[in-house]
Amino acid sequence: MSEQRWIRVTPCGNVPPREGRAVRIGGREIAIFNLGDRFLATDNSCPHRSGPLCDGIVTGAAVVCPLHAWKINLETGAVERPAGGEGCVRTYPTRIDDGVILIGLPAGDVTGSERAYASARALSA
Amino acid sequence: MKRLVVVGNGMAGMACVEQILTYARRFEIAVFGDETHVNYNRIMLSSVLAGERTADDIVLNPLEWYRRNDITLRLGVRIVAVDSRLKTVTGDDGTVTPYDTLLLATGSSPWFPPIAGLDKESVFAFRTLDDTRELLSRSQRGTRAVVIGGGLLGLEAARGLQIQGCDVTVVHLLDTLMERQLDRRGGEYLSAKMESLGVRLLLGRQTTAIVGDASVTGLAFSDGSSVEADLVVVAAGIRPNVDLARKAGVHVNRGIVVNDRMETSDPDIFAVGECVEHNGVCYGLVAPLFEQGKVLAATITGNGGSAYAGTVQAAKLKIMGVDVFSAGDWSDGQGVEPVSYEDPALGIYKKLVLRDGRLAGVMLVGETSDSHRYMDWLRTGADLADRRRHLLFPPPADDVGLDAAEMADGATVCGCVGVTKGAIIAAIHERGVNTLSQLKECTRASTGCGSCTGLCQDLLRAVAPEFEEDAKKVICACVPFAEDKLREILRSQRLRSVQDVLEIYGNGVGCEVCKPALSYMLDMLWCGDHDEDRSARFINDRVHANIQKDGTFSVVPRIRGGVTNPDELRRIADVADKYKVRMVKITGSQRIDLLGIRKEDLPNVWADLGMPSGQAYTKGVRMVKTCVGTDFCRFGTQDSIAAGIEMESRFEQLYTPHKVKMGAVGCPRNCAEATVKDIGLVGVEGGWQVVVGGAAGKGVRKADLLTTVETTGAALEAAELFFQYYRENGNYLERTYDFVERLGIEKVRKETVYAPEPVRRALLDRLKKSKARARDAWLEGRAPKHPTQFIPLQPIDTVLA
Repeated sequence: MSEQRWIRVTPCGNVPPREGRAVRIGGREIAIFNLGDRFLATDNSCPHRSGPLCDGIVTGAAVVCPLHAWKINLETGAVERPAGGEGCVRTYPTRIDDGVILIGLPAGDVTGSERAYASARALSA
Repeated sequence: MKRLVVVGNGMAGMACVEQILTYARRFEIAVFGDETHVNYNRIMLSSVLAGERTADDIVLNPLEWYRRNDITLRLGVRIVAVDSRLKTVTGDDGTVTPYDTLLLATGSSPWFPPIAGLDKESVFAFRTLDDTRELLSRSQRGTRAVVIGGGLLGLEAARGLQIQGCDVTVVHLLDTLMERQLDRRGGEYLSAKMESLGVRLLLGRQTTAIVGDASVTGLAFSDGSSVEADLVVVAAGIRPNVDLARKAGVHVNRGIVVNDRMETSDPDIFAVGECVEHNGVCYGLVAPLFEQGKVLAATITGNGGSAYAGTVQAAKLKIMGVDVFSAGDWSDGQGVEPVSYEDPALGIYKKLVLRDGRLAGVMLVGETSDSHRYMDWLRTGADLADRRRHLLFPPPADDVGLDAAEMADGATVCGCVGVTKGAIIAAIHERGVNTLSQLKECTRASTGCGSCTGLCQDLLRAVAPEFEEDAKKVICACVPFAEDKLREILRSQRLRSVQDVLEIYGNGVGCEVCKPALSYMLDMLWCGDHDEDRSARFINDRVHANIQKDGTFSVVPRIRGGVTNPDELRRIADVADKYKVRMVKITGSQRIDLLGIRKEDLPNVWADLGMPSGQAYTKGVRMVKTCVGTDFCRFGTQDSIAAGIEMESRFEQLYTPHKVKMGAVGCPRNCAEATVKDIGLVGVEGGWQVVVGGAAGKGVRKADLLTTVETTGAALEAAELFFQYYRENGNYLERTYDFVERLGIEKVRKETVYAPEPVRRALLDRLKKSKARARDAWLEGRAPKHPTQFIPLQPIDTVLA
């Protein structure tokens, strides 16, 4: 599915340089990282034991999970360490518009989570 | 035996004497030096000024060496006259010394341009160890220092003074720096780098006067402008010292004229080093001195045959983080092909100049690791036809030994001392050399400017059967230095942020290993007065709680000495209810742990607890476990609760190389297990034993006795001494039990409780300074360091269909 839907997330200043922050969008928890010259976004869950990647130490264009130090490439989502570490993290495109970070979500995929979100809201209302 | 008198105790003279000593002994040698120091490495003076080395570190030949070789050494005596007919020299102390052979190694002197006011106080040259010491004593934070001269020496002086805290301006006559070594473009790159370090540049200015009354207040320039100054360093060039030679009637042009055998016009007088002129060239760099010394030694000992053919001039700027290398002739002209590469963002500029398909000159700014390759091409005049595609970039190689393997045996590795690859391999095989320090001792390689150290290491690694790394383990590949070296660099270079360290001394990126280590070092070195970078710290230190396997956090409030009260316990219970804490646990260290707290609840949990952080999440002061001591226990001999609480109060909130767990017990029954803690106070009849380096973790280690004292005050002071000593000398993630084993308890005692009073005082002062800046981390709950430190982002677009 090539169609994309851009979601405005937060002003750039809310993600300090070389750190990550988590955001819930629909049913997903996404980690956004500030690499100094650009922002990268991935699912906020390490393929190893679901550690919160947003809390990891950023090294170049990778993050090191705070739980067991798996190293995840933020551009590709691939596991860089340990060698042979299985799984991959989903990545999302980002862009900046007027000082705000936007994340591109697959349009169809979002609709499903939006529905879930809406029904959850309806229940709690 | 004949009498050889050497005038000049510098690098050239002594390098030549070293060579003479390799031949059969035929001289009684006397050396006169007008400086009061033994022979030292003059080209390293800039690193003494920069605080990277001490005066002792740059000694080349200690007094022992002169004694061992039966050399009569007269220091602080200047030879003022030579009588070449009677064959005597006269010192400024009136002594007359006869010679059969005279060796002039008089070097050169700073040249002072015609400027009014050079005689004022606070105007210095930068040539000798005494000059350096004087500059060090005059430079303080805020001193306005002006360096006249933007060549090698001037820039090195400028950076050194700046590191000492001065506000530094470099004034240069021409409009490009180091114009003898760099073209205009290269000069621009260098200017940008110097300015980024905070050195101010005034280019194209001719100084006409140094103004001020007795002391300097500023400089005036020919264009009518001026600059204020408290201190002036003149580094405008050098002139060969030829007065003595002239007095002796020896042929002199700009320098003392020598032929290819290093002979002067007088058959009994020889000259070597910066004072000589060979083929119309006077050299001011180190490599030619060694080459000349070798030839001269052969001539003078009657082992003639070798000839000096001049030296390919190469210059390297010795400023940490500013890499500049230049060699050969890079001037434009007919039949000359320039090949260049530049990357302004990285500050890299490389230019090769080819003539007839061979390298004629090279300049490198910002990246000089290939300099030995170019030097080799220059020296050998290699035909580069089949290497044209790889002139600036060697073909990629995974083989670390390839660089060394590509060199021929005759290729020079150490350009300063003139040691070939073949000579190094011979030393390794024939003399059992296995380490860099043995190699230095044996061949003198890498004892000059030090730029070939990496190549020497590579050769040793490739060839030596039992190669041993001299350097201690480096912290990580991002910043490849051993930790003690790194601490020294951070201190001397006054670096205060992790990112600066990585950019100047590392790969600019860093990783999860080096960043927290550097964070700790900076905090410790500057006693908390540094630019803390949260992104360089582990999540626990970003939010002051311990991350758990599900991404929630645990919270352990500080309960000093393990002593609490009903109020605190009620608040803890209320917090556990309010935040639905999944588990409340009494810890092994007499504390209470609240597990399963969400990051966004941390600030409110801390506020509701109303207790300071117990630092259970960090490499810092954890706790002091105590027994009930004399208050209640019928066996207690000391008030361990009061002592433990006091110790915890003194150390809490501070960071340490690894966690520090402590204990205080009132008698040797050791109910709070003080003898397996990092620091323990053990009450005995009439006093305390202070024990350190205990462990009850992966391994069990009984703590070593540091000292026995009579009062609680003295026990606490001993603990403070050890605590700060460990903070300053422990490697990151090194527990005290590894630290004490690595150093040995004798050394630890000697440098803490047995150290001289000023040393102990200084340790305690630095501890006090750190403590004065330390704050309870949980106060950040009310004043976060960053607006989204604890709370998750709220998306602007609500995602609704």
